[in-house]
Amino acid sequence: MSQDFSSWNTLIFGIYPYLCLSVFVLGSWIRFDREQYGWTSASSQLLSTAGMRLSSNLFHIGVIGIFFGHLVGLLAPFAVWDAISLSSLGKQNIAMYGGGFLGILCLIGGVMLLWRRLTNARVRATSRKSDIFILLWVLVTLLFGLATTFTTAHHAAQGSADTMMSLAQWAKSIVLFSPQPELVARTELVFRIHLFFGLTLFLLFPFTRLVHIWSLPLGYLGRAYQIVRTKRQVSVR
Amino acid sequence: MKVRAQFAFVFNMDKCIGCHTCSVTCKNTWTNRKGVEYVWFNNVESKPGVGYPKQWENQEKWKGGWTLNGGKLELKSGGRMSKLLNIFANPDLPQIDDYYEPFTYNYARLQNAPLSEAAPTARPLSMITGDPIEKITWGPNWEDDLAGEFSKRSADKNLDNIQKEMLGQFENTFNLYLPRICNHCLNPACVAACPSGSLYKREEDGIVLVDQDKCRGWRFCMSACPYKKVFYNWESGKAEKCIACYPRVESGMPTVCSESCVGRIRYNGIMLYDADRIEELASTGNEQDLYEAQCNIFLDPNDPEVIAAARAEGINEDWIIAAQNSPIYKMAIEWKIAFPLHPEFRTLPMVWYVPSLSPVQSQIDQGNLPVGPDGAIPLASAMRTPTKYLANLLTAGKEAPIISALNRMIAMRSYQRSVHVEGIADTRALEAAGITEDQAKEMYRYLAIANYEDRFVIPTSHAEERMEDAYGFQGQNGFTFGNDSSAGISKISLFPRRRQETLEPADLAPPADKS
Repeated sequence: MSQDFSSWNTLIFGIYPYLCLSVFVLGSWIRFDREQYGWTSASSQLLSTAGMRLSSNLFHIGVIGIFFGHLVGLLAPFAVWDAISLSSLGKQNIAMYGGGFLGILCLIGGVMLLWRRLTNARVRATSRKSDIFILLWVLVTLLFGLATTFTTAHHAAQGSADTMMSLAQWAKSIVLFSPQPELVARTELVFRIHLFFGLTLFLLFPFTRLVHIWSLPLGYLGRAYQIVRTKRQVSVR
Repeated sequence: MKVRAQFAFVFNMDKCIGCHTCSVTCKNTWTNRKGVEYVWFNNVESKPGVGYPKQWENQEKWKGGWTLNGGKLELKSGGRMSKLLNIFANPDLPQIDDYYEPFTYNYARLQNAPLSEAAPTARPLSMITGDPIEKITWGPNWEDDLAGEFSKRSADKNLDNIQKEMLGQFENTFNLYLPRICNHCLNPACVAACPSGSLYKREEDGIVLVDQDKCRGWRFCMSACPYKKVFYNWESGKAEKCIACYPRVESGMPTVCSESCVGRIRYNGIMLYDADRIEELASTGNEQDLYEAQCNIFLDPNDPEVIAAARAEGINEDWIIAAQNSPIYKMAIEWKIAFPLHPEFRTLPMVWYVPSLSPVQSQIDQGNLPVGPDGAIPLASAMRTPTKYLANLLTAGKEAPIISALNRMIAMRSYQRSVHVEGIADTRALEAAGITEDQAKEMYRYLAIANYEDRFVIPTSHAEERMEDAYGFQGQNGFTFGNDSSAGISKISLFPRRRQETLEPADLAPPADKS
C-alpha cells in the first residue's frame, strides 16, 4: 500500500467522518436555534399532487428503512448478534435482501420524485437549486449502495462476510472515537465511494431541506388536540 | 366555568354588495408576497356557487372539520396516527388549481410592441412559473355575480335537499354574497391537526395563529380546516392564515377588512364563553342542534356571576365592558339574527352572519306577492332566496331560526316604515316577530345606520400587564422572508434563501419620458 493512498484513506475514512458529523450536529443546532423560519419540509404537493402518494411514500419508507437498517446493522454490538445466534453470513443476507428491497422501493420513488421535480413546470420553477442537488445526491448514494449488494452477493457466494464485518467494525471505531480507517482500505472501491457519498450527506444535511427529518412529529401522538398560548406572566424568576 | 374572551365578527350579508373592497385591502396588507399570490385571507363568493377553493363546503371530498365517532369528537380526516402515516403525502390536500393558478399580465407589451395593424395585447403570465398562460380557466372569483353555467355552479353543497333544477331558470334565480375569512373557531380543526403544534389559539382574544418558526409544512391544517382558510406559502414552505389583523386589534382598531368595508356590514366585538363546555357542545349529537349548542356556550356579560368568574380568570375590566357592549352579542344572542357559518363542521366558528332578505320588489309592487299587514313589506316566506338554502349555509339545514331572523328583520323595517311613512308607530309586526319596540330601534341603529362606534367595540390588549419586557417586541414584524423577527442578522446566510425573486413582467416598460 503506497504512502499516498494510505494518507488519502486516513483523511477520508479517519478524519472526514468527524468533520461531517460535527457539521451535521453543530449545523443543525445552529440552524434550529437561529434560522427556524427556513426549517420546513418544503413540500411542493400544493403545486402538483398527482402521483405524490405513490412516489413520496415509496421514497420516504425506503429511506427510513435503509437508515435504520444501516444504524442497526453497522452499530449494534456484535454481542447482540451472538445473543440471537445470527451468524455473520445470515446477517449479511438480511442486509443484502432487506437493504436491496428497501433500496429498490426508495429508488423507484426517488426517480419518480426527481422526474417530477425536473419536468413539472411548477415544481421546477419553484425548486431551489439545493432541492434538486440534494435529491440527486441521495439518489447517487443510493445507487452506489445498491451496487454494493452485487459485490456483497459475490462475497456471500464465496461464503465470506469479512467485508461487511470490517465495515461494521469501522463504523463502530468511528463512533467510539478510535478511528481505524485501514479497515475500509481493503474493501472494494464501490464500498468506499458509497461511504464517501453517505458521509457527505451528513455534511450537506444542515444546509438543505433534509433538516425536516429532525422534526418527525412523534410528540403529536401524545398531545392534546387543542393548543392555547397565554401571554400571562407565569413566573417571576 | 372557565371564562374566556373571544374576538368575534358578524357579517351582515343583507347589506353586502359584493364590491370586494375587503378582499383587496386584505390582499394588499397581508398576501401580496411571493408564494401566496393565490391566497385570499378574505374573499367574497357569489352564491350559489362552488366557491374558493372549489367545493370547499363538500367535506365528503375534503374531509375537513370534525365528525362524531361513536359520540366522541374526532377529526374527519382521521386521528393522530393516520396523520403520521399520511405525512409524506396528504391524501386530502387541495391542489393549487382548486384555488386557481395565480396570474398577472405582460402589461409592458402594451408599450413595447412595435407598430402594428392590430392593437397589442397583454398576455397572461403564470405567477408561479412565469410562463404565458394560454387561457385562464379559473380565478379567485370566477363565479362573480352568477357567472358561468348553472350546471357547474349548482355543485354548491348548500343546494343539497333543494329542488335545484327550477333555480336554474332565469325567473327563479337568486344570488347572495358570502364574504369569508378565518372563523377563529372555538374548536379549531386546524390546530388539532397540526403535528408540530405550530397552530395555536391565543388565550386572551381567541385569535388563531400559525407560529411561523414552528411550522414544518406538514400541510394537515389546510385539509383539516373545513373552511379552507389555512393556506400554504410555497415559497417559505409554511402555512399562513388570516391573523384577524391582530396588530391592529391589539391597539383597538378594527381589522382591515372590517374597517374598509364600504357597506358597513362588518362588526367586531368581544364574546365571553365557557371554555369548559367546548368539547361537550361541539359533540352535540344532532347537527341541526349545533347552532343552539353554540349559543349556549356564550356567557351573559351582564350576569354578576359571569363577571366575577371573568375577573377571576384575569379578564380586564375594559374587556368585560366591551363584552357588555358587544355588537356580536346583540345580534347573535339578544336579537337572534346572526348565525354561524356551517355549524355542522363542529368547529364552533366565530364569524357569524346575518342572513339576507331578498324581496322580489317588482312583483310586490304589482301586487303579485303576499305582503304583511302594512300592505307594503314582504313576507319571509315570499323571498327570492329559498330559506332552505340559507339554512343549509347557517344552521345545518334547520329553517325555523332563519325564518324567525328574517321575520325580525322584516318587522324592524315594517315598524320603521310605519313611523316614517304613516307617522304612527305600528308594532303589530314586532309583536308577531317577538321583539320589543326598543329592540327594533336598536336593531335599526346597528343594522341600518351602523355607526363606527356601534360596529367596532374593541378593547385594547393589555400587553403591559402580560409581558415582562414590553419593549422586547418592538420592531418585530409579521410575514417576512428570513429571520427579521429574531435578533439574528439575516443578510448573509449559509442556509436556504428565497427561491426566486418576485415575478416581473417579461419585458419591463420603458420609463414614461423615454417612450
